[in-house]
Amino acid sequence: MSDFAQPRLTLGRLTIHATLLLACAVYLVPLIVMLLTSFKTPEDIRTGNLLSWPEAFSAMGWLTAWDSIGGYFWNSVKIVLPAVLISTALGAINGYVLSMWRFRGSQLFFGLLLFGCFLPFQVILLPASFTLGKLGLANTTTGLVLVHVVYGLAFTTLFFRNFYVSVPDALVRAARLDGAGFFTIFGRILLPMSVPIIMVCLIWQFTQIWNDFLFGVVFASGDTQPVTVALNNLVNTSTGAKQYNVDMAAAMIAGLPTLVVYVVAGKYFLRGLTAGAVKG
Amino acid sequence: MASLELRNVQKSYGNSQIATLKDIALKIDAGEFLILVGPSGCGKSTLMNCIAGLENITGGEILVDGEDISQASPKDRDIAMVFQSYALYPTMTVRDNIAFGLKMRKVPAAKIEEEVARVAKLLQIEPLLERKPSQLSGGQQQRVAMGRALARRPKIYLFDEPLSNLDAKLRVEMRTEIKLMHQRLKTTTVYVTHDQIEAMTLGDKVAVMKDGVIQQFGTPHEIYNNPANLFVASFIGSPPMNFVPLRIRQRDGRWVGVLNSEQGSCELPLPITSDDGLRDRELILGIRPEQIGLAGVGTADFSLAVDIEVVEPTGPDTLVVFTLNQVKACCRLMPDQAPRVGETLNLQFDPRKALLFDAQTGERLGVVQPEPVRESKVPRLVSNGAGTAQ
Repeated sequence: MSDFAQPRLTLGRLTIHATLLLACAVYLVPLIVMLLTSFKTPEDIRTGNLLSWPEAFSAMGWLTAWDSIGGYFWNSVKIVLPAVLISTALGAINGYVLSMWRFRGSQLFFGLLLFGCFLPFQVILLPASFTLGKLGLANTTTGLVLVHVVYGLAFTTLFFRNFYVSVPDALVRAARLDGAGFFTIFGRILLPMSVPIIMVCLIWQFTQIWNDFLFGVVFASGDTQPVTVALNNLVNTSTGAKQYNVDMAAAMIAGLPTLVVYVVAGKYFLRGLTAGAVKG
Repeated sequence: MASLELRNVQKSYGNSQIATLKDIALKIDAGEFLILVGPSGCGKSTLMNCIAGLENITGGEILVDGEDISQASPKDRDIAMVFQSYALYPTMTVRDNIAFGLKMRKVPAAKIEEEVARVAKLLQIEPLLERKPSQLSGGQQQRVAMGRALARRPKIYLFDEPLSNLDAKLRVEMRTEIKLMHQRLKTTTVYVTHDQIEAMTLGDKVAVMKDGVIQQFGTPHEIYNNPANLFVASFIGSPPMNFVPLRIRQRDGRWVGVLNSEQGSCELPLPITSDDGLRDRELILGIRPEQIGLAGVGTADFSLAVDIEVVEPTGPDTLVVFTLNQVKACCRLMPDQAPRVGETLNLQFDPRKALLFDAQTGERLGVVQPEPVRESKVPRLVSNGAGTAQ
């Protein structure tokens, strides 16, 4: 990049930069308001305006918020980790089979699986709760994990299948001649190449499942509820004065993990999404 | 090393009525180099995949050392393959790429080390062993792909158009190296190509394929000098054989074909003994560019004056284009014999090498002259010559 000549500062450039800064501000303001409010005392919130600086930074909001949703935060972790890992692993194997080991009807199978990507959450609520009931998994973390895995499979399979389609068949054929079997080829040859798409899948699934509210509210109850449901319960309680600092802190806590995942793995996300677009 | 025999191998896909491979039958001895050559879509790559076991045949038998392997899985066939795209494992180093097949076969680590070293030395890729395939040039990747095949010391090597991704110069170099390697290691090899020069230069035996059928199977010499039909004759040779529509007539008890140019006509004796109903058929005379030469003074036999239309100097020789029986024909002359465009040249045709084909069926007609087979280790080159090994 440094090889390019620095563009001269012109009116056009200034306009562009000003517009970009404005856009940044528009996106950042809600976050700033949330952060500032979460560190204010209720007194401070009542007297100051939205963007005013806290008179004194108080961790009270965060502590109270953690007290009320901390347990549910761990619930979410317990749901998200297995659900993300299992759906990604199964999606990888599905994608591998559907691209490299086509069988009679595999295209149709893949087509049907794609429908899963277009199904709204609401449509599967009843069938899913019926199934969970039959399996004896109603209102359990395992049940919720199962629902997320099944729902996520359509997406993860799609990701991996499309990634592996761009991998030359010759690799698999060469490995077969070298004496490698189904899982050896997958584990030794394809998986090491799949880091970008694994990242995409992990981020996607993590975001989806962590942020899910509907499945959480329907398929979990009481102590097994995920943090999103707990947040909702916290914010929507109508007794007493609204504790905006607690609400904001709780919302930040609930949103933080996805934020962290994006910051840590975001570069893989872009790389994975554009992988195969340009063959180098 | 092992011999390879294909007995009536058939392959058709799903409910398709048209077979991809029809009754493929051929046999090569241990250590021989077989070329499968033909235009794209002729089934040569399919046949190779069938030999490797990557695709199942729907009929016939594939025998290695007399043992039918057509039902065995690829890993049990002990066959190694070099792919057109090289198919190197991108996340592994060159060393691991070469060692992979050995590891899969549970070869002891020390032995693997030894084999990798041997192959790397053979192919001069020792400095590259710790690199990833993406850090290699096309020619280097090609070597590694060959190294991966060589490391396993399999019964049969398969090459699937291994040179087609290389630039012209490198292709000639690698061709020579493959030949050199085969001469040293005497490995049974099946080599797929659509390049007739590779076919001629590398093969001990050549199978020319079209539409899933072997058109001719023989030594490069036979294929070149005694093509079984119009397709083989047109496919092998560069520049291609001239095909001239021909009328025949009888003169002094022999059958002759009439060649016309703007300047006159001549009669060429044909390799047929009776008319066999040929008079009613449309015929085509096939004659290679190098079988037409300058007519010497006083040798008026089978010679004809023609108007020169195009002159193409290629360096070692010059191609001269003229019109014969209303179609363009080409001859190959020494550069110092080459005329200028517009000149008239007296050309002589070699009737012993002239071939006769049925224009409708492409079938070869007349007596197929038994060629005195010259026992030469190196098949004669059509053009270009073998490149120099580096």
